[in-house]
Amino acid sequence: MSAQRRGAAIEIAGLRREYVGAQGSVVALDNVDLSVAPGEFLCIVGPSGCGKSTLLRILAGLDRQTSGTIGIDAAGWAVENAMVFQESGLFPWMNVETNVRFGLDTRGVPAAEAAERVEAALKLVGLTKFRRHYPHQLSGGMRQRSAIARAFVTEPAMLLMDEPFAALDAQNRVILQAELVRLWEQTGKTVIYVTHSIEEALLMGDRTVVMTAQPGRIKRVIDVPFPHPRDLIALSASAEFGALKLDIWRVLEEEVMRARAEIEG
Amino acid sequence: MSGRSTKTQERLLYLISPIGLLALWQVLLMLGLGDRRFIPAPSDIAVRYWQMVVSGELALHVSVTLYRVLFGFVLGVVPGIAAGLLMAMFRPVRIFFDPLIATLFPIPKIALMPLLLLAFGFGDASKIALVVIAVFFPVVVNTYVGASNIEKIYWDVAKNYGASQTMVFRRIVFFGALPMIFAGLRIALAVSFIVLVAAEFVATKAGIGYLIWNSWELLQVDVMFVGIVTIGILGLIVTAILQEIERKVIPWKAE
Repeated sequence: MSAQRRGAAIEIAGLRREYVGAQGSVVALDNVDLSVAPGEFLCIVGPSGCGKSTLLRILAGLDRQTSGTIGIDAAGWAVENAMVFQESGLFPWMNVETNVRFGLDTRGVPAAEAAERVEAALKLVGLTKFRRHYPHQLSGGMRQRSAIARAFVTEPAMLLMDEPFAALDAQNRVILQAELVRLWEQTGKTVIYVTHSIEEALLMGDRTVVMTAQPGRIKRVIDVPFPHPRDLIALSASAEFGALKLDIWRVLEEEVMRARAEIEG
Repeated sequence: MSGRSTKTQERLLYLISPIGLLALWQVLLMLGLGDRRFIPAPSDIAVRYWQMVVSGELALHVSVTLYRVLFGFVLGVVPGIAAGLLMAMFRPVRIFFDPLIATLFPIPKIALMPLLLLAFGFGDASKIALVVIAVFFPVVVNTYVGASNIEKIYWDVAKNYGASQTMVFRRIVFFGALPMIFAGLRIALAVSFIVLVAAEFVATKAGIGYLIWNSWELLQVDVMFVGIVTIGILGLIVTAILQEIERKVIPWKAE
């Protein structure tokens, strides 16, 4: 399971998303330019309402930009993207196995091949024993593992993740972060990971995009200097990591304060 | 330990009101308060019940009523579910059905009986048709509400994972609506007994409704009670069966 192929390349230019409602319009994203290299792990951080989820939803095909262009080069991949949602989005009426197989069923993958791939995906996330369980019978961590398996099994060129571990407790979050990074190191997919935690972004990603709130613009792009494969626990305790985190926190703090000042008038 | 004894206490309490009421009823009549020809004692009703079970008379009426209820129930529920799901999925279908439901739902269905007698005659068909109509509305409304309240995230997942329209229908909308569909089925079941027994008061020679009405005309009050109690028992049994099916069909519903 080495990284034979690298994931999708993404070119975003002049992206703007404006929501027009009864109370006037809200600019969720403005003037976003970004290129993502094949196989890159890119994290997007920003305060609530900075449009980071909107960007992800546009990439996932669940929303449309008002203007600007997105080019995705996913040549050689059968599936362009798969999204892992914040609250897992597992169907409560399907057991783990059926949930994981969903993206294969929708694409008409033959039963025998689907069974094999589901088997491998369940093994990858350590849920083989829980295949017949329903989501309500699983812990939060297991639910997110199932959701990750459901995304991975479709062999997407890019993985879109919307704060997937936000609802987990601290221990589970660390474990799942490490597992995700390991899966990514093995498969070479492009990952776009949205989070509100700087620490999480710096721990996992190659680069971190910091966004501003309303309108959502890119404030800064930070190259994360730590090499892969990473030991997340050791990394999080290192001095370099602490210094980088502080640096970025300063950038974000400014943003949060500005957003708050605007809201309070 | 104390949990167990309170549970036993609760069970006793649960039984005290019906049994106590029956006992009081029996004692008052045995003391001569009331005319047992017009107000039979529980023991009189029980004796009559047993006679009617043994003679097979009760079984005849029960089978006729059950046949009409179940036939009408199935024939009304299936299109009700289908229409509800289609309304949730397709706006034009919703716009088409909405005013129809709003006008027809509040009409007491028993008021349609004369029309149905004209259309289907005095046989079983007119009673079944009445049950079909009465059952359709609660099911269609519940199904529609259930399907349109499916959380947005499931639609997003379906779209993101490339599900076709039929796939969304079969694997998401239907199952997502299922708990509400079953709530609708329970209402529909009760409604079907209510309208059918009323319909059987006229224009038929068999069924529990006929039994009750006929015993009124003959002033056999004990037989009237036999009919009423039987409806209650049938309702209890059929609802229990439906709940058992629900448990089997909706394993994800947390207890």
